[in-house]
Amino acid sequence: MIVTANTLRFDSLSLDSGATLSPVEVTYESYGELNAAKSNTILVLHAFSGDAHAAGISPETGQPGWWDNMIGPGKAYDTNKYFVICSNVLGGCRGTTGPSSIHPATGCPYGMSFPVITIGDMVRLQAMLLDALGIERVLAVTGGSMGGMQALEWAVAYPARVVAAIPIATTTRHSAQQIAFNEVGRQAIMADPHWNAGNFYGQELPGRGLAVARMVGHITYMSDDSMREKFGRRLRGKEAFGFDFEVDFEVESYLRYRGNQFVGRFDANSYLYISKAMDYFDLTNGNRSLAGALEAVQARFLVISFSSDWLYPSYQSQELVRALRSRNCDVAYVELESNYGHDSFLVDVAEQSSLVRGFLASTFEKLS
Amino acid sequence: MSAQTGRKQAFVRELLGRSDYAIIGEIVEPQTKVLDLGCGEGELLEWLAQTKGVDARGVEISSAKVQRAIARGVSVFQSDIDDGLSGYPDQAFDYVILSQTLQETRHPRQVLREMLRVGRRGIVAFPNFGHWRVRVSMLTSGGAPRTRLFPYEWYESPNIHFLTVHDFENLAALEGIQVDRRYFLAGSRKVRTLPNLMAEVAVYLVSRG
Repeated sequence: MIVTANTLRFDSLSLDSGATLSPVEVTYESYGELNAAKSNTILVLHAFSGDAHAAGISPETGQPGWWDNMIGPGKAYDTNKYFVICSNVLGGCRGTTGPSSIHPATGCPYGMSFPVITIGDMVRLQAMLLDALGIERVLAVTGGSMGGMQALEWAVAYPARVVAAIPIATTTRHSAQQIAFNEVGRQAIMADPHWNAGNFYGQELPGRGLAVARMVGHITYMSDDSMREKFGRRLRGKEAFGFDFEVDFEVESYLRYRGNQFVGRFDANSYLYISKAMDYFDLTNGNRSLAGALEAVQARFLVISFSSDWLYPSYQSQELVRALRSRNCDVAYVELESNYGHDSFLVDVAEQSSLVRGFLASTFEKLS
Repeated sequence: MSAQTGRKQAFVRELLGRSDYAIIGEIVEPQTKVLDLGCGEGELLEWLAQTKGVDARGVEISSAKVQRAIARGVSVFQSDIDDGLSGYPDQAFDYVILSQTLQETRHPRQVLREMLRVGRRGIVAFPNFGHWRVRVSMLTSGGAPRTRLFPYEWYESPNIHFLTVHDFENLAALEGIQVDRRYFLAGSRKVRTLPNLMAEVAVYLVSRG
């Protein structure tokens, strides 16, 4: 399945900060066909470093989408049945307007003059995209990690537009630990002299800082078990320690590789803005309690967490489930056993698939 | 205590291979809200949703069973029953079902109270530890009884609170729980006399009156 991305432009977007972004573009991909009743749309929401290319093969890169194992004909998000849309988030660097986009007033990239954005802003832009596509209501919103936050925001901000929500490996708000890891990433970027207060476009990139940020991120996405299994204490291409500070261990080599690879595909300023949006996210948002914030919610929920995910631990999903239950919402929840840590939602898909398939089928059936 | 039965037939047709399910299926009225505590793989809930159009929810502790229940489209969440009820608002359901689960809970008395806080009516089905086979098994072997309904070795049994028909009636009276209907079964046969001795399984419809 070869897929192509589309981009839509809107005149302006009002942001939670009070600022207005004008104009704003959103890049998206879609898979499958919208049915006549317009009742089969699934909005897939990507995680921190994801993009609109969720499934199929990109003609530019030849790469499969980041959730290609879950989206496609006969897969969990079955494109024979459903119309699946995924857009790059606001603040991103893969087509949708972000800090690396050109500021129309200056003709230069925004850099740090880009306004601070929130998960709510991302969702508002997605709602404008659906409006433009003539889709009033979606069968499901779904995503893992930051994608799960957007799914939750959708259910709260647009209760009448969401039939079902599938938040996976996510939270209703970041804990101190989650904010702390994000802050380490931001500090690594800003400490890189090439960051230059965000003005590095067309010059040398703050690659060292961004790579270090990504290395920290990768550690939090894995589990102790999965790292032990994948790397152990194995040495990289040598029989004995080098007694220097070159790569000795496999795990060092892996992290350096993933860090450097990231520099080639991700904007350091997007890292700052998007990680900040995640830290600001709090579903309670002015309400005294989470249950209070969920008052208007109409969607049914499938909440999934993973046993070895210590970045978004199950207790956070369980808090959400308890609050939904106190609102008497229709909620299914399960903690899946998996060794892959937070990455489980991307790599451990067998059990996830059967859950999602059954949940969507019964939701779709009730609707029609 | 009279064995008051809802139907005149001597046998019940099994539902999903279980006669207590058949009774429960008969009790639950269409288009109601039902919560099944310890719902296993959600077979009963699926049947109730499809046949009676009920809004079906479940609680189950086993991850594997929850997965199969969700995969068949039933909204089940993974939790311990002892604290699985605490989050619900009062009278959120028309029926709360405890189908052969009460004897597996750690605090059955608390579970019964919570059940009738969360639900307008409760349906409790449990294996009767007072059945004559259980008594004979224990008397003759001198060990923990093993029968068709209690097939486990004592160290493998999920049952941690053994109760009889008498025990349940006594607790209901103590808790001010009203028994609206009671059914006693031996296999698929309805038991009319001496239920505490003759019933393998008891099914109660209870409420706060």
